[in-house]
Amino acid sequence: MSEEPGQSAPPHEPALPGQAPASASARRPVARWLQILFFAAIVRPFLALFIGLRVRGGEHLPEHDPFILIANHTSHLDTVALLGLLPLARLHRVRPVAAADYFLRSRLRRWFSTTLFNILPVDRHHVTKGSNPLSDMLAALHAGESLLLFPAGTRGGEDGAGHFLPGIAHLAETAPEVPIVPAFLVNLGRSLPKGTFLPVPFFAEVRIGPAVHVTGTRAEILAGLEAAVLALRGEK
Amino acid sequence: MTWPTLSPVLTMGAVVLALLVLSSAVTLALRRMLPERDFAELWARVRAWWVMAAVFFAAVAVHPGVSLVFFALLSFWALKEYVTLLATRPADHTTLFLAFLAVPLQYALIWIKWYGVFIIFIPVYLFLLLPVTLVLARETRGFVASASQIHWGLMAFVFGLSHLGYLLQLPALPGRTVDGRALVLFVVFVVEMSDVLQYVWGKLAGRHKLLPTVSPNKTWEGLIGGVLSAALLAWPLRFLTPFTPLQTVLVALGICVAGFLGGAVMSAVKRDFGVKDFGALIPGHGGMLDRVDSLCWAVPVFFHYVWWAFY
Repeated sequence: MSEEPGQSAPPHEPALPGQAPASASARRPVARWLQILFFAAIVRPFLALFIGLRVRGGEHLPEHDPFILIANHTSHLDTVALLGLLPLARLHRVRPVAAADYFLRSRLRRWFSTTLFNILPVDRHHVTKGSNPLSDMLAALHAGESLLLFPAGTRGGEDGAGHFLPGIAHLAETAPEVPIVPAFLVNLGRSLPKGTFLPVPFFAEVRIGPAVHVTGTRAEILAGLEAAVLALRGEK
Repeated sequence: MTWPTLSPVLTMGAVVLALLVLSSAVTLALRRMLPERDFAELWARVRAWWVMAAVFFAAVAVHPGVSLVFFALLSFWALKEYVTLLATRPADHTTLFLAFLAVPLQYALIWIKWYGVFIIFIPVYLFLLLPVTLVLARETRGFVASASQIHWGLMAFVFGLSHLGYLLQLPALPGRTVDGRALVLFVVFVVEMSDVLQYVWGKLAGRHKLLPTVSPNKTWEGLIGGVLSAALLAWPLRFLTPFTPLQTVLVALGICVAGFLGGAVMSAVKRDFGVKDFGALIPGHGGMLDRVDSLCWAVPVFFHYVWWAFY
């Protein structure tokens, strides 16, 4: 199953400089199969039958890794829904960026987050020169893995499209060849809002937009990415 | 009569198949004869009927357990379409979860044929319980609206529609072959035909608007033509029922009118929500609710008449 990194990137895709062997293949095969099983047997039926998730613009999802998927954030279901869109064979190469202090807190939660969701844990409280979360993300991109990022940080109220944290602009600047794909999630925040643990089935929708390439100062990049996500909010 | 040896499911399957072939042929002929007119919506509707009829017959023919799961999914999906359009508050979360939990519980009561609880679980017990769970959320603003809207949805789409399940569970009457499944086929066929015929009569002869502020497409001609022709269609189907011929036509008139009223109520609900359809599940038809709205009203009326008169 595991591909050589050279094969996964087609000729027309710009290869990242200094691409290391895919660290995804370093993932324990058991974890990878558990994740596939979990998504095929639980997540996808849950999204299709319980939530009734509708997908618009699914054709904008890049066919090749790495890419960066950014979205508004209102619910734990956001990650579930976005990963649920990906082909099972590609799941292990997409890393949801998640707060280490929250998702690694207890043993059970750690097992869930790392085995079933393959998160890329970042330390959001103790950022030093030595442990910059951005370097972990860049390393993952260099290894051919894609990232799923909620640039507004924590889950917000309303539609969770609050102001983006500057990290994403830094990432866009440092790895300009990686396509950034905006997504907007509708109604998942009603199904499982912050502070609740029982999902209520509301019809929900994922809207994916075309990849964006923004240049300029960090502030301009940040504003451009925010606008790309918010542009999907208005679509009906 | 020579055909009571065929099972009701097979007979009705043949009738519906013939009607589907006929309507497809008519649509194709219309498209050929009037190429300047657009029949895309009609064609989408006819095709959707093929799918709906196939799913419905598969669900009803196999096993009562399969049928009940199917009816429970109809209720679940309809309630979901309704709740998605409600202006819910964050404080409603637990109550909404319990409302959805009521769907499997209600159908479980039907499965074990516990009539006494089936008939009061939602109207009495959940009526008492759900506002209490809203009180526990400690938010009084919008309390009455939430309590009313959530229970209203449960009554219409879970309690009302679940009568279809209990109807299915009714045993054969002594000395007759007619059982619950035949009654389900009768009420669903007659009410859905009434919907279709109201649409057709309205398109062909509709002149006088019936409820212009609620549902601009409903006309007197559509209502009268549709209900009367559906009641006439019910006449040869009395082998599915324990009714006398006159009774068959009167009951058919009653459920068609009830179905019309259900559709009108749901039109008003959609108007209030500011939407045209409840969803986009079925091409040409809208959501699940747009298709089962008339059943939510007609089936309880039908069930309670049969229950009172024969059981």
